[in-house]
Amino acid sequence: MLYREVGQYKTNYAADMAVFPILQDRIGVAVILLVAFVVIPLFGNDFLLNAVLIPFLIFSLAAIGLNLLTGYAGLLSLGTGAFMGVGAYACLKLTTSFPQINIIVWIVASGFFSAAVGALFGLPSLRIKGFYLAVATLAAQFFLEWCFVRIPWLYNNSVSGAIEVPLRTLMGVPITGPTATSVTRYLLVLSIVVVMTWFASNLVHGRIGRMWMSVRDMDLAAELIGIRLLRAKLLAFAVSSFYCGVAGAMLVFLWYGGAEADVFAIDQSFLILFMVIIGGLGTLIGSFFGAALIYILPIALRAIPEVLGLPLHPATVEQLRFVIVGALIIVFLILEPNGLARLWQVGKQKLRVWPFPY
Amino acid sequence: MRAPSSREAALGEVLLAVEDVSLSFGGVQALTDVSFDIRKGEIRAIIGPNGAGKTSMLNVVNGFYQPQSGRITFKGQARTSMRPYAAAQGGIARTFQNLALFRGMSTLDNILAGRALKMRRGFFWQLIRYGPALKEEVAHRRRVEEIIDFLEIADIRKIPVGRLPYGLQKRVELGRALAMEPDLLLLDEPMAGMNLEEKEDMSRFIIDVNQQYGTTIALIEHDMGVVMDLSDRVVVLDYGRKIADATPDEVKRDKNVIRAYLGEPHGVSVTK
Amino acid sequence: MNLLYQIFVGPFVQMAAAPDLLVQTLWDGLVSGVLYALIALGFVLIFKASGVFNFAQGIMVVFAALTLVGLHQDGIPAFLALALTVVVMFLLALGVERLVLRPLVNQSDFILFMATFGLTYFLIGFGQLVFGGNPKVMIASALWLPTGALQYKGLGGFVAFQKIDIAAVIITSIMVAALAIFFQRTRIGRALRAVADSHQAALSVGISLEQIWVIVWFTAGVVALTTGIMWGARSQVDFSLEIIALRALPVLILGGLTSIPGAVVGGLIIGIGEKLGEFYWGPLLGGGIESWFAYVIALGFLIFRPQGLFGERIIERI
Repeated sequence: MLYREVGQYKTNYAADMAVFPILQDRIGVAVILLVAFVVIPLFGNDFLLNAVLIPFLIFSLAAIGLNLLTGYAGLLSLGTGAFMGVGAYACLKLTTSFPQINIIVWIVASGFFSAAVGALFGLPSLRIKGFYLAVATLAAQFFLEWCFVRIPWLYNNSVSGAIEVPLRTLMGVPITGPTATSVTRYLLVLSIVVVMTWFASNLVHGRIGRMWMSVRDMDLAAELIGIRLLRAKLLAFAVSSFYCGVAGAMLVFLWYGGAEADVFAIDQSFLILFMVIIGGLGTLIGSFFGAALIYILPIALRAIPEVLGLPLHPATVEQLRFVIVGALIIVFLILEPNGLARLWQVGKQKLRVWPFPY
Repeated sequence: MRAPSSREAALGEVLLAVEDVSLSFGGVQALTDVSFDIRKGEIRAIIGPNGAGKTSMLNVVNGFYQPQSGRITFKGQARTSMRPYAAAQGGIARTFQNLALFRGMSTLDNILAGRALKMRRGFFWQLIRYGPALKEEVAHRRRVEEIIDFLEIADIRKIPVGRLPYGLQKRVELGRALAMEPDLLLLDEPMAGMNLEEKEDMSRFIIDVNQQYGTTIALIEHDMGVVMDLSDRVVVLDYGRKIADATPDEVKRDKNVIRAYLGEPHGVSVTK
Repeated sequence: MNLLYQIFVGPFVQMAAAPDLLVQTLWDGLVSGVLYALIALGFVLIFKASGVFNFAQGIMVVFAALTLVGLHQDGIPAFLALALTVVVMFLLALGVERLVLRPLVNQSDFILFMATFGLTYFLIGFGQLVFGGNPKVMIASALWLPTGALQYKGLGGFVAFQKIDIAAVIITSIMVAALAIFFQRTRIGRALRAVADSHQAALSVGISLEQIWVIVWFTAGVVALTTGIMWGARSQVDFSLEIIALRALPVLILGGLTSIPGAVVGGLIIGIGEKLGEFYWGPLLGGGIESWFAYVIALGFLIFRPQGLFGERIIERI
């Protein structure tokens, strides 16, 4: 009753091809943005921002990156963690070498380094596909992990072997380092994620998204309609790694405040892959859903027993998380292989005809 | 000697010529010294029993297979083999025996995908979409809608192609090929699996494409009625060799062709 | 110039200068190669029979080892514990077939692959919940596995052959031979090969897919158990073993996903190559290159021969 398209006629193709053709969707997005930019900073507490929203946004961005590569272009990658790491280390070197340039510039610029590395390790996709390509990305993951530990120049030769985040400011307000408030960092992360999501949305709705999906669905036919496979695949690797790199840089600079190399280990790659699978391969909103479920789940797992008065050992919580995530993946693959995004779509479909059954 | 009909007069010079093309893979000789040409504006049928190498021939023209010997001359340019990108860029489009649609996308998106070569707006315009990229999308959408109207598939344009019945899927695939605005259209068994009504529709589309847009068509088909009615000239292949190359009437009466179809023991038979 | 010498000449000079070290490295490589082959074998079995790439093979190794050690710790005699563990692996195979494979029977390979990811995570968590996360000691002596080493004096120094390693090589060879015979000669083996070729064709001649899958996953489970015992006896039983599964992937690339001899040859190449690489070239790069060296070897292969040494050539038709 509330969610109808009745009366919303499209009078030109541009309107028909809009990203949110239904008015109610546009209102919904506007409300979400309003809440995100205005309401939450005003009323949110440190815990909500630091432990929930900032990481949720960062992981969503990384999930978008992986979704572009694996969901839209059909190239399975297990190197997400390492590409995030490239972004983080690139940002560190850039900002320590040129501290006078604003850190935000460097956070975004570090994506280009990730993109280059991603494209390099994507070269084998010319010859190999599917599972074998995944193994090639594993090569990237392990090699880069090794680099993060064995090349001291990368972490500024710090004795601990970890990235130490220097203090940086924007117009006098500290944005990295221990003095940066969570609100500042939250707004910065939010802005970057919103803009980059907008870019990703534009890409997938246009010819590049179609090109990737053609390669994914049947690359032989894609070649025969004039798509250059290597360029399409390398572009996918580059763009995807760009997103992962920026996410990695934000992870270290705007959230953790420092990092050790094992943050970008293979476990991270798996985690993001699970987010993308459960959230919905080949959708942008699925990246957000997946990140929310997989990231917020352990927080809920820790919080619920406390609320109920049964304290659980943190190790047990961690183990339960593994069990639940693993089971969830299997359940989702059985029931709805297209993930939460499809459930969302189905829900909206039901909403269109509500209160009628069909 | 018949007086040339107005149709024959309308046919132009040679658009595609294959000379002595041989193709084998892993011990199977798919094509042996096949030569024929296709003139601009004509509808050329390629027929033959199963396993004759018809699809392999189209795959060679497309650039999907590289022949071991022979030459392919397209639009005056001769080469020893074609590459898929060069074929697409040169104006060759194709449909497939077993359907090669992009199953994850809708009808509209599949046909729009056929415009890939013609969409030029660069990466950074795509990032912001509003502006030149969107204008280009709308312009191509307009063209694609013309094709959708022509093929009468307007009501299924937003449906994911995986859900469509077989006959409509074949039409969508034709639409995608047409979206490339090809000079040469290769159709691999476009009528396979269709009932009479669907065949009539498809025949009508093929004739319209040829007459309205002037597209040259090469067509593999098993239905003799369709071949006789639609084509200007016919090439007959059997076991990878050309055994006839003439007008439909002449081919129908050719002794070699009849023997190939109705059969005489061929020695050890090899099925594809 | 010096760099070129270091890469192309130096290591070989080193090898010649100390042949005992070379033999030791080769032997160590052989042993780890044999163990890689064993893990790869588990993958090959399941892939051959059901087309599923079972990412969970690694965790199955750990799980089997943990169960064995856990049962023994509870006071059950070693060989009885072994038998019980075999039963547990059978139940696991049944469970996987019923709960994971059957509901996903018509889905794409990608989805099945992802499901094994989920299975991996589930078993990691479950295993830790049941057995605890601390490393355990494999009950090698209780299982009559030898300890100690054989020393060989010669070649300018001496070479040590750990007895457990020798046992590992022998046991693996027996296992591989048994599996090869099983696949080639027995009726069930033929059925497995039929299923690997085409599910539908196999169904149409009356082969029960469900039974086959249970048999295959159970066999893979037994292989996993053997692997777990061998690996565990050489180091310890903990969850880093599942990372070892990731090390088996390059072996599969080399040997092809469908070939038992391929798994063995691939394992040996990777095992020996890795050890040689680490020992003689590793110091040039600062050490620790074992983590990715095998992958680079595999990657090189993939570029030139995507189907591996023994795998079936992938021909695409359109």
